[in-house]
Amino acid sequence: MATTTAQMSEAVIRIRNLHKRFGDLHVVRGVDLDIKRGERIAIIGASGSGKSTILRCLNFMEMPSEGTIELDGKMLGTERPGNGGGVERVYAEAELCAVRTRVGMVFQQFNLFPHMTAIENVMEGLLTVKRMGKDAARDAAMGQLVKVGLQDKLDVYPSKLSGGQQQRVAIARALAMEPEVLLFDEPTSSLDPELVGEVLRVIHALAEEGRTMLLVTHELGFAYHFADRVVFIADGAIYETGTANGVLKHPQRERTQAFLARFAERAF
Amino acid sequence: MEYTWDFKIVLDSLPLLLRGLVVTVELWVVALAVGLSLGLAVSLARISARAWLNGPAIAYVEIFRNTPVLVQLIWFYYAFPIVLGQQLSPFTAAALGLTLNTSAYSAEIFRGGILSIARGQWEGARAIGMTRAMTMRRIILPQVMRRMLPAFTNRAIELAKVTSLASLLAVNEIMYEGRLISSTYYRPLEVLTVVALMYFLLIYPGSYLAARLERRLAARG
Repeated sequence: MATTTAQMSEAVIRIRNLHKRFGDLHVVRGVDLDIKRGERIAIIGASGSGKSTILRCLNFMEMPSEGTIELDGKMLGTERPGNGGGVERVYAEAELCAVRTRVGMVFQQFNLFPHMTAIENVMEGLLTVKRMGKDAARDAAMGQLVKVGLQDKLDVYPSKLSGGQQQRVAIARALAMEPEVLLFDEPTSSLDPELVGEVLRVIHALAEEGRTMLLVTHELGFAYHFADRVVFIADGAIYETGTANGVLKHPQRERTQAFLARFAERAF
Repeated sequence: MEYTWDFKIVLDSLPLLLRGLVVTVELWVVALAVGLSLGLAVSLARISARAWLNGPAIAYVEIFRNTPVLVQLIWFYYAFPIVLGQQLSPFTAAALGLTLNTSAYSAEIFRGGILSIARGQWEGARAIGMTRAMTMRRIILPQVMRRMLPAFTNRAIELAKVTSLASLLAVNEIMYEGRLISSTYYRPLEVLTVVALMYFLLIYPGSYLAARLERRLAARG
Protein backbone atom coordinates (compact mmCIF):
# COMPACT_ATOMS: atom_id res chain seq x y z
CA MET A 1 0.00 0.00 0.00
CA ALA A 2 2.73 2.43 1.04
CA THR A 3 4.74 1.62 -2.07
CA THR A 4 1.76 2.17 -4.32
CA THR A 5 1.23 5.61 -2.83
CA ALA A 6 4.91 6.38 -3.26
CA GLN A 7 4.86 5.28 -6.87
CA MET A 8 1.70 7.19 -7.57
CA SER A 9 2.93 10.44 -6.11
CA GLU A 10 5.77 11.53 -8.28
CA ALA A 11 7.06 14.02 -5.72
CA VAL A 12 9.32 12.66 -3.01
CA ILE A 13 8.79 15.88 -1.08
CA ARG A 14 5.71 18.02 -1.43
CA ILE A 15 5.62 21.37 0.33
CA ARG A 16 2.38 23.29 0.68
CA ASN A 17 1.95 26.83 2.00
CA LEU A 18 5.13 26.75 4.08
CA HIS A 19 5.56 29.67 6.48
CA LYS A 20 8.24 30.37 9.05
CA ARG A 21 8.16 33.18 11.57
CA PHE A 22 10.86 34.07 14.07
CA GLY A 23 8.86 36.18 16.51
CA ASP A 24 7.64 39.15 14.47
CA LEU A 25 9.93 38.32 11.59
CA HIS A 26 8.06 36.55 8.79
CA VAL A 27 10.92 34.83 6.96
CA VAL A 28 9.17 32.27 4.77
CA ARG A 29 5.87 33.40 3.28
CA GLY A 30 3.89 30.64 1.67
CA VAL A 31 6.12 28.33 -0.34
CA ASP A 32 4.71 25.52 -2.51
CA LEU A 33 7.24 23.18 -4.05
CA ASP A 34 7.24 19.61 -5.38
CA ILE A 35 10.55 17.82 -5.50
CA LYS A 36 10.61 14.83 -7.82
CA ARG A 37 12.73 11.78 -7.21
CA GLY A 38 16.14 12.21 -8.81
CA GLU A 39 15.62 15.92 -9.32
CA ARG A 40 18.39 18.42 -8.63
CA ILE A 41 17.20 21.81 -7.53
CA ALA A 42 19.33 24.89 -6.93
CA ILE A 43 17.84 27.53 -4.66
CA ILE A 44 19.27 30.99 -5.19
CA GLY A 45 18.47 34.46 -3.91
CA ALA A 46 19.92 37.37 -1.98
CA SER A 47 21.15 37.04 1.61
CA GLY A 48 18.23 37.18 4.00
CA SER A 49 15.72 36.17 1.33
CA GLY A 50 14.80 33.09 3.39
CA LYS A 51 16.30 30.47 1.08
CA SER A 52 18.31 28.71 3.81
CA THR A 53 15.32 28.74 6.14
CA ILE A 54 13.17 27.02 3.51
CA LEU A 55 15.81 24.32 3.14
CA ARG A 56 16.16 23.94 6.92
CA CYS A 57 12.41 23.40 7.28
CA LEU A 58 12.63 20.35 5.01
CA ASN A 59 14.52 18.29 7.60
CA PHE A 60 13.05 20.22 10.51
CA MET A 61 16.20 22.00 11.60
CA GLU A 62 13.59 24.75 11.80
CA MET A 63 10.01 23.91 12.68
CA PRO A 64 7.54 25.26 10.11
CA SER A 65 5.18 27.82 11.63
CA GLU A 66 2.49 26.89 9.14
CA GLY A 67 1.98 24.63 6.15
CA THR A 68 2.59 20.98 5.44
CA ILE A 69 5.40 18.79 4.21
CA GLU A 70 4.80 15.39 2.65
CA LEU A 71 7.57 12.83 2.37
CA ASP A 72 6.90 10.00 -0.08
CA GLY A 73 3.20 10.74 -0.02
CA LYS A 74 3.00 10.68 3.76
CA MET A 75 1.97 13.87 5.54
CA LEU A 76 4.39 14.65 8.38
CA GLY A 77 3.22 15.59 11.87
CA THR A 78 -0.24 15.49 13.31
CA GLU A 79 -2.86 18.18 13.50
CA ARG A 80 -4.24 19.50 16.73
CA PRO A 81 -6.26 22.56 17.72
CA GLY A 82 -3.96 25.61 17.97
CA ASN A 83 -4.04 28.48 20.43
CA GLY A 84 -5.57 30.97 18.04
CA GLY A 85 -8.57 28.73 17.29
CA GLY A 86 -7.07 27.26 14.09
CA VAL A 87 -5.09 24.07 13.78
CA GLU A 88 -1.37 23.59 14.24
CA ARG A 89 0.88 20.67 13.41
CA VAL A 90 2.92 18.93 16.05
CA TYR A 91 5.81 16.61 15.37
CA ALA A 92 6.99 13.80 17.64
CA GLU A 93 10.75 13.50 18.16
CA ALA A 94 10.75 9.91 16.88
CA GLU A 95 9.09 10.96 13.63
CA LEU A 96 11.52 13.83 13.11
CA CYS A 97 14.54 11.60 13.76
CA ALA A 98 13.23 9.11 11.22
CA VAL A 99 12.63 11.87 8.67
CA ARG A 100 16.14 13.24 9.17
CA THR A 101 17.75 9.89 8.38
CA ARG A 102 15.88 10.02 5.06
CA VAL A 103 16.53 13.70 4.35
CA GLY A 104 20.21 14.36 4.99
CA MET A 105 21.86 17.76 5.34
CA VAL A 106 25.25 19.29 4.72
CA PHE A 107 25.86 22.59 6.50
CA GLN A 108 27.77 25.73 5.66
CA GLN A 109 29.86 25.32 8.83
CA PHE A 110 30.35 21.52 8.43
CA ASN A 111 29.31 20.87 12.05
CA LEU A 112 31.69 17.95 12.42
CA PHE A 113 32.16 16.53 15.89
CA PRO A 114 35.61 17.79 16.96
CA HIS A 115 36.22 15.04 19.51
CA MET A 116 35.93 12.34 16.88
CA THR A 117 38.18 11.40 13.99
CA ALA A 118 36.96 11.60 10.40
CA ILE A 119 35.83 7.98 10.33
CA GLU A 120 34.25 8.20 13.80
CA ASN A 121 32.23 11.18 12.58
CA VAL A 122 30.90 9.12 9.69
CA MET A 123 30.30 6.05 11.89
CA GLU A 124 28.38 7.93 14.59
CA GLY A 125 24.94 7.87 12.97
CA LEU A 126 25.43 4.26 11.89
CA LEU A 127 26.23 3.20 15.45
CA THR A 128 23.67 5.24 17.36
CA VAL A 129 20.78 5.68 14.95
CA LYS A 130 21.06 2.65 12.65
CA ARG A 131 22.42 0.51 15.49
CA MET A 132 24.97 -1.18 13.28
CA GLY A 133 27.80 -3.23 14.74
CA LYS A 134 31.16 -1.54 15.03
CA ASP A 135 32.85 -3.48 12.21
CA ALA A 136 29.99 -3.05 9.77
CA ALA A 137 29.78 0.66 10.60
CA ARG A 138 33.52 1.06 10.10
CA ASP A 139 33.37 -0.65 6.70
CA ALA A 140 30.42 1.44 5.58
CA ALA A 141 32.03 4.66 6.82
CA MET A 142 35.29 3.81 5.10
CA GLY A 143 33.40 3.27 1.85
CA GLN A 144 31.89 6.76 2.09
CA LEU A 145 35.20 8.39 2.92
CA VAL A 146 36.85 6.67 -0.04
CA LYS A 147 34.05 8.00 -2.18
CA VAL A 148 34.82 11.60 -1.18
CA GLY A 149 38.54 10.97 -1.66
CA LEU A 150 39.60 10.93 1.98
CA GLN A 151 40.82 7.34 2.33
CA ASP A 152 44.13 8.59 3.77
CA LYS A 153 42.49 10.81 6.44
CA LEU A 154 40.38 8.21 8.26
CA ASP A 155 41.93 8.67 11.69
CA VAL A 156 42.55 12.39 11.53
CA TYR A 157 40.68 14.83 13.77
CA PRO A 158 38.65 17.58 12.04
CA SER A 159 40.92 20.33 13.40
CA LYS A 160 43.78 18.86 11.38
CA LEU A 161 41.81 18.91 8.11
CA SER A 162 41.38 21.76 5.66
CA GLY A 163 37.94 23.32 5.24
CA GLY A 164 37.40 21.44 2.01
CA GLN A 165 38.36 18.13 3.60
CA GLN A 166 36.10 18.83 6.58
CA GLN A 167 33.18 19.49 4.28
CA ARG A 168 33.87 16.26 2.42
CA VAL A 169 33.80 14.36 5.73
CA ALA A 170 30.47 16.05 6.45
CA ILE A 171 29.16 14.91 3.07
CA ALA A 172 30.34 11.36 3.78
CA ARG A 173 28.62 11.52 7.18
CA ALA A 174 25.33 12.50 5.53
CA LEU A 175 25.72 9.88 2.77
CA ALA A 176 26.38 7.10 5.28
CA MET A 177 22.77 7.31 6.43
CA GLU A 178 21.70 6.53 2.85
CA PRO A 179 19.22 9.39 2.66
CA GLU A 180 16.67 9.62 -0.14
CA VAL A 181 17.12 13.37 -0.35
CA LEU A 182 20.24 15.44 0.32
CA LEU A 183 20.08 19.08 1.35
CA PHE A 184 23.12 21.33 0.92
CA ASP A 185 22.99 24.64 2.79
CA GLU A 186 25.61 26.87 1.16
CA PRO A 187 28.21 24.09 1.37
CA THR A 188 31.06 26.18 -0.03
CA SER A 189 30.30 29.59 1.48
CA SER A 190 32.75 29.32 4.36
CA LEU A 191 35.57 27.83 2.29
CA ASP A 192 38.66 29.55 0.98
CA PRO A 193 38.24 30.05 -2.77
CA GLU A 194 40.89 27.47 -3.66
CA LEU A 195 39.04 24.78 -1.69
CA VAL A 196 35.63 25.31 -3.29
CA GLY A 197 36.44 23.17 -6.32
CA GLU A 198 37.11 19.91 -4.47
CA VAL A 199 33.76 20.12 -2.67
CA LEU A 200 31.83 21.03 -5.80
CA ARG A 201 33.42 18.08 -7.62
CA VAL A 202 32.10 15.72 -4.93
CA ILE A 203 28.61 17.25 -5.12
CA HIS A 204 28.73 16.99 -8.90
CA ALA A 205 29.66 13.29 -8.70
CA LEU A 206 26.66 12.69 -6.42
CA ALA A 207 24.41 14.47 -8.88
CA GLU A 208 25.65 12.10 -11.60
CA GLU A 209 24.40 9.17 -9.51
CA GLY A 210 20.85 10.44 -9.90
CA ARG A 211 20.35 11.45 -6.29
CA THR A 212 17.60 13.81 -5.26
CA MET A 213 19.36 16.97 -4.13
CA LEU A 214 18.55 20.52 -3.10
CA LEU A 215 21.35 23.04 -3.04
CA VAL A 216 21.23 26.54 -1.61
CA THR A 217 24.15 28.36 -3.15
CA HIS A 218 25.77 31.55 -4.30
CA GLU A 219 27.85 29.64 -6.87
CA LEU A 220 25.68 30.45 -9.83
CA GLY A 221 28.10 28.95 -12.31
CA PHE A 222 27.93 25.65 -10.49
CA ALA A 223 24.15 25.90 -10.11
CA TYR A 224 23.87 26.25 -13.88
CA HIS A 225 25.63 22.93 -14.51
CA PHE A 226 24.22 21.15 -11.49
CA ALA A 227 20.52 21.90 -11.49
CA ASP A 228 17.56 20.52 -13.42
CA ARG A 229 15.58 23.34 -11.94
CA VAL A 230 16.49 26.68 -10.37
CA VAL A 231 14.29 28.39 -7.81
CA PHE A 232 14.82 32.10 -7.20
CA ILE A 233 13.64 33.23 -3.77
CA ALA A 234 12.77 36.80 -2.86
CA ASP A 235 11.10 37.98 0.37
CA GLY A 236 10.58 34.43 1.59
CA ALA A 237 8.61 33.25 -1.43
CA ILE A 238 9.33 31.65 -4.80
CA TYR A 239 9.67 34.57 -7.19
CA GLU A 240 10.75 32.76 -10.33
CA THR A 241 11.40 29.13 -11.15
CA GLY A 242 12.35 27.18 -14.24
CA THR A 243 15.19 25.33 -15.89
CA ALA A 244 18.74 26.39 -15.10
CA ASN A 245 19.04 27.83 -18.58
CA GLY A 246 15.72 29.61 -18.30
CA VAL A 247 16.19 31.28 -14.93
CA LEU A 248 19.92 31.97 -15.05
CA LYS A 249 20.35 32.87 -18.72
CA HIS A 250 16.93 34.24 -19.60
CA PRO A 251 15.26 35.48 -16.43
CA GLN A 252 11.75 36.72 -17.09
CA ARG A 253 11.06 38.85 -14.04
CA GLU A 254 12.58 42.09 -12.86
CA ARG A 255 14.11 41.11 -9.50
CA THR A 256 15.66 37.96 -10.90
CA GLN A 257 17.25 40.03 -13.65
CA ALA A 258 18.54 42.59 -11.13
CA PHE A 259 19.96 39.84 -8.89
CA LEU A 260 21.75 38.15 -11.79
CA ALA A 261 23.03 41.47 -13.08
CA ARG A 262 24.67 42.16 -9.72
CA PHE A 263 26.43 38.80 -9.94
CA ALA A 264 27.56 39.47 -13.49
CA GLU A 265 29.06 42.78 -12.39
CA ARG A 266 30.95 41.15 -9.60
CA ALA A 267 32.43 38.56 -11.94
CA PHE A 268 34.39 41.18 -13.88
CA MET B 1 63.59 33.06 68.33
CA GLU B 2 64.67 29.62 69.38
CA TYR B 3 62.52 26.71 68.36
CA THR B 4 63.72 23.17 68.19
CA TRP B 5 61.83 21.16 65.61
CA ASP B 6 61.11 17.67 66.75
CA PHE B 7 59.57 15.38 64.20
CA LYS B 8 60.07 12.22 66.20
CA ILE B 9 56.65 12.56 67.83
CA VAL B 10 55.07 12.85 64.40
CA LEU B 11 56.88 9.83 63.08
CA ASP B 12 55.63 7.81 66.01
CA SER B 13 52.09 8.91 65.24
CA LEU B 14 52.38 8.24 61.53
CA PRO B 15 50.05 5.19 61.59
CA LEU B 16 47.36 7.38 63.10
CA LEU B 17 47.85 10.03 60.44
CA LEU B 18 47.82 7.45 57.68
CA ARG B 19 44.59 6.04 59.01
CA GLY B 20 43.20 9.58 58.89
CA LEU B 21 44.47 9.93 55.34
CA VAL B 22 42.44 6.89 54.31
CA VAL B 23 39.27 8.48 55.71
CA THR B 24 40.11 11.73 53.89
CA VAL B 25 40.45 9.82 50.63
CA GLU B 26 37.14 8.06 51.25
CA LEU B 27 35.36 11.38 51.82
CA TRP B 28 37.01 12.87 48.76
CA VAL B 29 36.20 10.01 46.40
CA VAL B 30 32.60 9.64 47.55
CA ALA B 31 31.84 13.36 47.43
CA LEU B 32 33.55 13.78 44.06
CA ALA B 33 32.01 10.78 42.31
CA VAL B 34 28.49 11.19 43.64
CA GLY B 35 28.70 14.99 43.54
CA LEU B 36 29.65 15.04 39.86
CA SER B 37 26.90 12.61 38.86
CA LEU B 38 24.31 14.48 40.87
CA GLY B 39 25.67 17.75 39.50
CA LEU B 40 25.08 16.55 35.96
CA ALA B 41 21.47 15.69 36.80
CA VAL B 42 20.96 19.08 38.48
CA SER B 43 22.46 20.91 35.49
CA LEU B 44 20.11 19.10 33.10
CA ALA B 45 17.19 20.14 35.29
CA ARG B 46 18.60 23.66 35.44
CA ILE B 47 18.69 24.08 31.64
CA SER B 48 15.32 22.43 31.14
CA ALA B 49 12.56 24.62 29.75
CA ARG B 50 10.14 23.13 32.28
CA ALA B 51 9.65 25.46 35.24
CA TRP B 52 8.94 22.63 37.68
CA LEU B 53 12.39 21.25 36.90
CA ASN B 54 14.55 24.34 36.57
CA GLY B 55 12.98 26.31 39.45
CA PRO B 56 13.98 23.81 42.17
CA ALA B 57 17.36 23.29 40.45
CA ILE B 58 18.13 27.01 40.62
CA ALA B 59 17.12 27.15 44.30
CA TYR B 60 19.28 24.11 45.07
CA VAL B 61 22.36 25.52 43.39
CA GLU B 62 22.01 28.97 44.92
CA ILE B 63 21.44 27.70 48.46
CA PHE B 64 24.59 25.58 48.39
CA ARG B 65 26.73 28.17 46.65
CA ASN B 66 25.79 31.06 48.88
CA THR B 67 26.19 29.52 52.33
CA PRO B 68 29.44 28.40 53.99
CA VAL B 69 30.35 24.72 53.64
CA LEU B 70 31.10 24.57 57.33
CA VAL B 71 27.54 25.63 58.16
CA GLN B 72 26.19 23.05 55.75
CA LEU B 73 28.16 20.24 57.38
CA ILE B 74 27.12 21.26 60.85
CA TRP B 75 23.54 21.55 59.68
CA PHE B 76 23.49 18.04 58.26
CA TYR B 77 24.90 16.68 61.49
CA TYR B 78 22.78 18.59 63.99
CA ALA B 79 19.67 19.81 62.19
CA PHE B 80 19.02 16.85 59.90
CA PRO B 81 18.12 14.52 62.84
CA ILE B 82 15.63 17.06 64.14
CA VAL B 83 13.99 17.50 60.73
CA LEU B 84 13.96 13.85 59.68
CA GLY B 85 14.20 12.13 63.05
CA GLN B 86 17.23 10.14 61.90
CA GLN B 87 20.69 10.64 63.38
CA LEU B 88 23.48 10.45 60.82
CA SER B 89 26.95 9.23 61.68
CA PRO B 90 29.56 12.03 61.52
CA PHE B 91 31.05 10.47 58.38
CA THR B 92 27.68 10.20 56.65
CA ALA B 93 26.73 13.76 57.57
CA ALA B 94 30.07 15.09 56.30
CA ALA B 95 29.95 12.99 53.12
CA LEU B 96 26.39 14.10 52.45
CA GLY B 97 27.17 17.78 52.98
CA LEU B 98 30.31 17.66 50.83
CA THR B 99 28.53 15.70 48.10
CA LEU B 100 25.59 18.07 47.83
CA ASN B 101 27.89 21.07 47.93
CA THR B 102 30.05 19.59 45.17
CA SER B 103 26.99 18.75 43.10
CA ALA B 104 25.81 22.38 43.24
CA TYR B 105 29.17 23.68 42.03
CA SER B 106 29.61 21.06 39.35
CA ALA B 107 26.04 21.65 38.15
CA GLU B 108 27.12 25.19 37.32
CA ILE B 109 30.26 23.95 35.57
CA PHE B 110 28.22 21.45 33.52
CA ARG B 111 25.63 24.08 32.70
CA GLY B 112 28.25 26.60 31.56
CA GLY B 113 29.93 23.90 29.50
CA ILE B 114 26.74 22.68 27.85
CA LEU B 115 25.69 26.21 26.93
CA SER B 116 29.16 26.94 25.50
CA ILE B 117 28.89 24.18 22.88
CA ALA B 118 27.96 25.71 19.53
CA ARG B 119 24.44 25.16 18.22
CA GLY B 120 25.95 23.57 15.13
CA GLN B 121 26.93 20.53 17.16
CA TRP B 122 23.29 19.90 18.05
CA GLU B 123 22.31 20.43 14.43
CA GLY B 124 25.03 18.16 13.07
CA ALA B 125 23.77 15.37 15.32
CA ARG B 126 20.11 16.05 14.66
CA ALA B 127 20.71 16.00 10.92
CA ILE B 128 21.77 12.36 11.05
CA GLY B 129 18.71 11.42 13.07
CA MET B 130 20.14 11.40 16.59
CA THR B 131 17.70 12.06 19.43
CA ARG B 132 18.29 14.79 22.01
CA ALA B 133 19.36 12.26 24.62
CA MET B 134 21.81 10.54 22.25
CA THR B 135 23.25 13.90 21.24
CA MET B 136 23.73 14.96 24.85
CA ARG B 137 25.49 11.72 25.74
CA ARG B 138 27.61 11.16 22.64
CA ILE B 139 28.28 14.63 21.26
CA ILE B 140 27.74 17.37 23.84
CA LEU B 141 28.92 15.91 27.16
CA PRO B 142 32.23 14.52 25.88
CA GLN B 143 33.06 17.99 24.62
CA VAL B 144 31.90 19.57 27.89
CA MET B 145 34.17 17.24 29.89
CA ARG B 146 37.12 18.26 27.73
CA ARG B 147 36.40 21.94 27.76
CA MET B 148 35.61 22.10 31.47
CA LEU B 149 38.42 19.84 32.62
CA PRO B 150 40.33 22.74 34.26
CA ALA B 151 37.21 23.83 36.14
CA PHE B 152 36.51 20.27 37.29
CA THR B 153 40.14 19.88 38.36
CA ASN B 154 39.90 23.05 40.47
CA ARG B 155 36.74 21.78 42.05
CA ALA B 156 38.35 18.44 42.88
CA ILE B 157 41.38 20.15 44.44
CA GLU B 158 39.16 22.49 46.43
CA LEU B 159 37.08 19.55 47.64
CA ALA B 160 40.12 17.59 48.80
CA LYS B 161 41.04 20.46 51.08
CA VAL B 162 37.51 21.19 52.23
CA THR B 163 37.19 17.60 53.53
CA SER B 164 39.29 18.89 56.47
CA LEU B 165 36.16 20.64 57.73
CA ALA B 166 34.76 17.21 58.55
CA SER B 167 37.16 17.18 61.49
CA LEU B 168 34.79 19.59 63.23
CA LEU B 169 32.13 16.85 63.22
CA ALA B 170 34.73 14.53 64.79
CA VAL B 171 35.15 12.53 61.60
CA ASN B 172 38.53 10.86 62.12
CA GLU B 173 40.09 12.05 58.90
CA ILE B 174 43.62 13.37 58.68
CA MET B 175 42.97 16.86 60.08
CA TYR B 176 41.13 15.42 63.03
CA GLU B 177 43.94 13.00 63.78
CA GLY B 178 46.44 15.81 63.34
CA ARG B 179 44.72 18.04 65.86
CA LEU B 180 44.38 15.16 68.25
CA ILE B 181 48.10 14.40 68.09
CA SER B 182 48.97 18.11 68.37
CA SER B 183 47.01 18.58 71.53
CA THR B 184 48.38 15.39 73.04
CA TYR B 185 52.05 16.16 72.46
CA TYR B 186 52.00 19.96 72.11
CA ARG B 187 53.80 19.80 68.79
CA PRO B 188 51.28 21.47 66.45
CA LEU B 189 53.91 22.95 64.08
CA GLU B 190 55.52 19.62 63.32
CA VAL B 191 52.21 17.81 63.06
CA LEU B 192 50.60 20.40 60.80
CA THR B 193 53.69 20.52 58.61
CA VAL B 194 53.42 16.80 58.04
CA VAL B 195 49.64 17.01 57.55
CA ALA B 196 50.16 19.72 54.92
CA LEU B 197 52.75 17.56 53.20
CA MET B 198 50.35 14.62 53.14
CA TYR B 199 47.58 16.74 51.61
CA PHE B 200 50.04 17.92 48.99
CA LEU B 201 51.16 14.39 48.14
CA LEU B 202 47.52 13.36 47.90
CA ILE B 203 46.36 16.19 45.68
CA TYR B 204 49.33 17.03 43.48
CA PRO B 205 49.52 13.81 41.41
CA GLY B 206 45.88 14.30 40.43
CA SER B 207 46.33 17.88 39.33
CA TYR B 208 49.53 16.94 37.50
CA LEU B 209 47.74 14.20 35.57
CA ALA B 210 44.82 16.51 34.80
CA ALA B 211 47.21 19.15 33.43
CA ARG B 212 48.88 16.54 31.24
CA LEU B 213 45.53 15.31 29.97
CA GLU B 214 44.57 18.90 29.18
CA ARG B 215 47.73 19.36 27.13
CA ARG B 216 47.14 16.11 25.28
CA LEU B 217 43.59 17.07 24.40
CA ALA B 218 44.71 20.54 23.38
CA ALA B 219 47.31 19.06 21.03
CA ARG B 220 44.56 17.07 19.33
CA GLY B 221 42.76 20.39 18.86
